[in-house]
Amino acid sequence: MSAMSMPAWGIWLMALGLGIFIVMIILSLKKHRGVHRSLFAWPYSLWMIVFTVVPLFLIAYYAFTDKAGSFTLDNFKNFWDSNYEMKKQLIDMGFDVSGMELSDRGTVNVDTLVYSLWMAFKCTVICLAIGYPAALFMSDRNFKLGPTLIVLFIIPMWMNFLLRTIAWMTLLEDNGIINTLLESLGFGKLKLMYNSNAVLLGMVYNYLPFMVFPVYNSISKQDIKLSEAAMDLGADEIKTFTRVTFPLSIPGIVSGITMVFMPSVTTFFIPRVLGGGNTEMFGDLIERTFLTADNWNVGSALSLIMMVLILFSISLLRRVDPQGEGGSLL
Amino acid sequence: MKKLGVLFLTISLLCMMLVSGQANGVVRVYNWEDYISPESLELFEEETGIKVDYMRFTTNEDMMVQVRTSPGAFDIVFPSDYCVERLISEDLLEELDYSKIPNAEHISDWLQDPAYDPKGVHSVPYMWGTVGILYDKTRVNGPIDSWGVLFSDEYAGEVFMLDSIRDTMGLALQYLGYSLNTREPNELMKATKLLIEQKKNRIVKAYQVDETKDKMVAGEAILAVMWSGDAQYSISLNDNLAYSVPKEGSNVWVDCFIIPKSSENKENAYKFIDFMCRPEIAQINCEYIEYSSPNDAAIELMGDEYINNPTINPPQEVIDRCEFFHDINDFLPTYNTLWAQVKNAK
Repeated sequence: MSAMSMPAWGIWLMALGLGIFIVMIILSLKKHRGVHRSLFAWPYSLWMIVFTVVPLFLIAYYAFTDKAGSFTLDNFKNFWDSNYEMKKQLIDMGFDVSGMELSDRGTVNVDTLVYSLWMAFKCTVICLAIGYPAALFMSDRNFKLGPTLIVLFIIPMWMNFLLRTIAWMTLLEDNGIINTLLESLGFGKLKLMYNSNAVLLGMVYNYLPFMVFPVYNSISKQDIKLSEAAMDLGADEIKTFTRVTFPLSIPGIVSGITMVFMPSVTTFFIPRVLGGGNTEMFGDLIERTFLTADNWNVGSALSLIMMVLILFSISLLRRVDPQGEGGSLL
Repeated sequence: MKKLGVLFLTISLLCMMLVSGQANGVVRVYNWEDYISPESLELFEEETGIKVDYMRFTTNEDMMVQVRTSPGAFDIVFPSDYCVERLISEDLLEELDYSKIPNAEHISDWLQDPAYDPKGVHSVPYMWGTVGILYDKTRVNGPIDSWGVLFSDEYAGEVFMLDSIRDTMGLALQYLGYSLNTREPNELMKATKLLIEQKKNRIVKAYQVDETKDKMVAGEAILAVMWSGDAQYSISLNDNLAYSVPKEGSNVWVDCFIIPKSSENKENAYKFIDFMCRPEIAQINCEYIEYSSPNDAAIELMGDEYINNPTINPPQEVIDRCEFFHDINDFLPTYNTLWAQVKNAK
């Protein structure tokens, strides 16, 4: 990490902003004998504009311009053919690329995106398969340990996910804790790390709580009278679940899927730590394009493509839960 | 009104605190993470009364962006050889006045006139090292003296490569008999194919940088491409490990002191360089970070333990078969594209 300290004027500027905000509240209190509620939205709106809206425009700007700042679609061509920029430059430098090996259409970017979507899909399905029963179980009023389990789910989240992922490395390494244990019990060693299954494991581990909590919420806030009524009217446990509990929990599922799928597609760092850098996901690709290749234009185009894709998948999900009861993010 | 007065007083006190402690000024140092002994910085502050304002970076590329975009922010920076070359070509470096750095006379002969900065006009060497193979003596068959072992099935699944474009492409180029500064696209593509084959044959266990040294100590793989100083760190923690610079040649690199043209404290920067070139201080730093010292007088002070260690003090013939990296800025997009193909080969 480059540890450039924040410039002193930045801190003063923040203090100034806070000061102005407090003064405005005090003034409005005096004038109206009550706070203007809209005032409280100011800091957040300001935050959103500076750190979300402006960067979005910057990304769009970089994606449609070249290094010199003039309009171009090359960055998107480079997504489709990852060798595009290289070929263009080699031709500029006077090389004949027609006969060169590896100069056909480069599929790196498209392949990585497809791979990331596939991994995110698998991760979401596994999280749902594990998370839904767990949430159902924990929200059962007769199950006294439910709240305790929820706390146990939350506790690991107090720690940064990078550290938790690095901790998995100690478990999965060839000479790690699990393999040492297996060997001492007389079993052979397993190849647990440096492959895409390890990456999937890391993703499921990190994103599982995002599936469990929304589902848990949507089930535990259901009125118990509904399922009791179903039982009174002659439905058995299975029918009560399929006709009452499950349909009512769909908003929770939709929200859970959104919350797991989105960070899964954009996953980075986990493939590097648990996958040994052998498989790259779209998040890694974007990071490498920005930082190592220092190509903000292509990096922005890749980011934009990913954002559009995520927006598209969320809008699909919204059809399932039109009221947005599960608190989906759009 | 009284309250306002108190507030004003507090703010002015704070400002004074920020300005104070700089009686003899500051020197703003921008160095690699964990790449200098804290003791040497304290000694410098004690002796000169100059406050050291210390900032860190992890890659040359990060550092260059900062040096370009924040003129005046740094007085001393520690770039590697090819970045010195790049920064010189961008006209960002001060021409050094060696009369202000008398201790530079201790710099070894072979670094007095380096290829990346002829006659050392803009830079003074700080540390140097090589790239080679760190291996587990108890688990290898036969000598490790060629990059070829990294591409042989014999060690399938037991090789750590560096997740670093120029180092990894460089060794593939050298194994094929090309220069690691080649400007021939066809040679680069052949090197890429070699690395893709290596990956497809499941010879590589992982591409990583910082994790490798500790994993090698733990015996996680048999072979690893490493920098000599990191290798020395691993060897000092695990006797089974050894380091070798392959016969095809390798990369030798030098990290330097430079003063940006935009520096606002040049006199202090000179004092800093001269202090760090003092033999006793160079010894403190060298023993702390375990890389190779370019300072002959410091080497003399460190004695046999340093001189007889081939990892950090390789014989001249090893250095002679190694090459410096040169700036290949116009080929970087090509390198990046080809590297992406290696990283995504399945």
